Amino acid sequence: MGELITSFLSGGPIPMFAYLIVSTLMFFIGVYGFLSRKNMLMVLISIELMLNAADINFAVFNRYLYPEQHEGLFFALFAIGIAAAETAVAIAIIINIYRNVKSIYIDENITEMKN
Amino acid sequence: MDTFNYSILILLFPAIFFIIIGLFGKYMKPIVAGTLGTISLSVITILAYITAYQYFFVVGTGADGAYQAINVFHFEWLRFTDTLHIDLGMYLDPISTLMLVVITTVSLMVHIYSLGYMKGEIGFQRYYAFLSLFSFSMLGLVVATNIFQMYIFWELVGVSSFLLISFYYVKPSAVAASKKAFIVTRFADFFFLVGILVLSFYTKTFDFEVLTTVGSPVFASFAGASFLGISVLSWAMMLIFMGGVGKSAMMPFHIWLPDAMEGPTPASALIHAATMVVAGVFLVARLFPIYVFQTPEVLTIIGYVGGITSIFAAVVACTQTDIKRVLAFSTISQIAYMITSLGVSGWGGHEGLGYMASMFHLFTHAFFKALLFLGAGAIIHAVHSNEMDAMGGLKKYMPISRWTFLIACLAIAGIPPFSGFFSKDEILAAAFHHDLFLFACLFIGAGLTAFYMFRLYFRIFHYENDKVYHHTPHEAEPSMTIPLIVLGAFSAFSGFVPFSKLITTDGKPFEAHIDPLVAGLSIGVAVIGIAIAFVMYRKKTSIPDQIVEKIKWLYTGAYHKFYFDELWLFVTRKIIFARISIPIARFDRRFVDGFMNSLAYVTNATSEAIKGFQSGRIQQYAFVYLLGALILIIGFTFSIWQLIC
Repeated sequence: MGELITSFLSGGPIPMFAYLIVSTLMFFIGVYGFLSRKNMLMVLISIELMLNAADINFAVFNRYLYPEQHEGLFFALFAIGIAAAETAVAIAIIINIYRNVKSIYIDENITEMKN
Repeated sequence: MDTFNYSILILLFPAIFFIIIGLFGKYMKPIVAGTLGTISLSVITILAYITAYQYFFVVGTGADGAYQAINVFHFEWLRFTDTLHIDLGMYLDPISTLMLVVITTVSLMVHIYSLGYMKGEIGFQRYYAFLSLFSFSMLGLVVATNIFQMYIFWELVGVSSFLLISFYYVKPSAVAASKKAFIVTRFADFFFLVGILVLSFYTKTFDFEVLTTVGSPVFASFAGASFLGISVLSWAMMLIFMGGVGKSAMMPFHIWLPDAMEGPTPASALIHAATMVVAGVFLVARLFPIYVFQTPEVLTIIGYVGGITSIFAAVVACTQTDIKRVLAFSTISQIAYMITSLGVSGWGGHEGLGYMASMFHLFTHAFFKALLFLGAGAIIHAVHSNEMDAMGGLKKYMPISRWTFLIACLAIAGIPPFSGFFSKDEILAAAFHHDLFLFACLFIGAGLTAFYMFRLYFRIFHYENDKVYHHTPHEAEPSMTIPLIVLGAFSAFSGFVPFSKLITTDGKPFEAHIDPLVAGLSIGVAVIGIAIAFVMYRKKTSIPDQIVEKIKWLYTGAYHKFYFDELWLFVTRKIIFARISIPIARFDRRFVDGFMNSLAYVTNATSEAIKGFQSGRIQQYAFVYLLGALILIIGFTFSIWQLIC
């Protein structure tokens, strides 16, 4: 920790694990949101957070471990694209659910698909 | 033997017609089905007579002066091992040829008679199908080449008897009677089967030809084998005889036969009087060489079973009021005569008189007992009741039935020159020279027979001469009276068939003559029986009631058939059901079923407890998934860390 602060204050390069701490935090915030939120939009945002944390990891590992290659960066780009498409689909589903039951909350209102 | 090739048709015809009438009967008019069955029976009756004629008079005796047994047709059906195989075929010897004639004749008469008797009944076609089935099975039984084929047909006649007794299947009493008949005979057949298996286990063969050869070496393997102090061969033959006891309604398995009278009367005449019930006699006769040479002690038992049954059934018959039941007990008594006669028989020539007499009585009895039943059927048809009290004075309404019934009564009572006299006299003579106790049984039985038959005759046709009927009874139609007349002729004259020339133990004819002492005694006792019946029942008097008052205990006992039904019910309900079956059933429910039920219960309870996990809430699933993943990660990290350090 002391090394991190020293490096930060001296204007040197940011060490890898600083990024990893950020991405881990983001991932677990996403997990928490996914498990605890009842609003479907918030659940969707939480999923996006988890995906973005994974994207950061791709980029960071690529940049620090294999600086002369770019697979990780492209992987992150693909993941962003797929996430965008997935979000579009999810939003469409949520809008349809809203039209049917006038609610976007995951609770006892939505039991149509059960059984 | 090519000359007998056609006789296989005797078996095939009824089998084919059973299938045709059974399957397509409901598309036929009743009269068509009846005619088809009757035509098929006429054809095989003619064939059976040709076979008998050819067997006895064209082929005749062989080089040693004996009638030869002929395997007309024989093939291997099931092969288990080299020695153990079950064959089917057709075997002609004097007794099976005799039985062919008896069965086809009586069956044809019953077929014709039923055209009138069963007219308008629901299930007329079904009735004819069953009659064909019965004829087929009974003919198959008598021509069986081996004891296993006999057993197969033995069970088939049991089934057809069951089907015909329960013909009126909407009547609870008929259903109960059919079940009783089937279960009792089946119970006895179980012993028969065990006997067959024991016998064939030692002799390595089912074949009658091998088994009944005099001095056959196959019994050598029985040497020294004994069980509970009695040789195994005796056990086997005893068990086989048990099958005959069941089918022929000897004591103590006689209880089914009186109840079997619930069936249509012509079927009773065919099955429960003339043919099926003599299967037991036929069985003993078929295996007679084994009984007489290997196990004479079993033959003695057979004689005593028959002797006791004959007098028992005769006593019971004197007290019954249902005319068909009187005839049923009379049948039991007469079959017991045949059994006794076999029991007192020896081997060869005049020694084998009992054997010959038994077959002779079987032959004559079939005709006069079928006649009695058919006559009773005509009477029941006319007055619509089985009870004697509903009858009386019928002689002026039904002359043909009356005269034929009288012929049959005289025949069964043993009055010369009617057929029963000759056969019964031979039986009594055989018993007289062999065992005086059995002779006494049969002799008293003969007197009782004359008494109860004439009691029946007088009660039906005389008694209350001026009895008033709601519907005036009238003589039956020709299809019913013609069989009566034909059987009447048979009953009157079949005693003149020279049986000792045809059917003997060793196949060699011998000269039998009437023993004047025995004949005189038997005629005397029969006349006394008839005279007593005449005094008691010619007119309505108070004599019967006075006699009943004097011997009340005997009368009550006999009226209730000496409580044999109650005894069997006690044995089955109180002992077998209560002490064996119910505990076993309880064990089955508690432990066998209980174990399986507990498996199901545990599974059910477990799933009940954990079914809350499957809530459908995706977030809950994800949480569990996450927890699992974390536990795995921690576990792996911890173990890797341990590996490194």
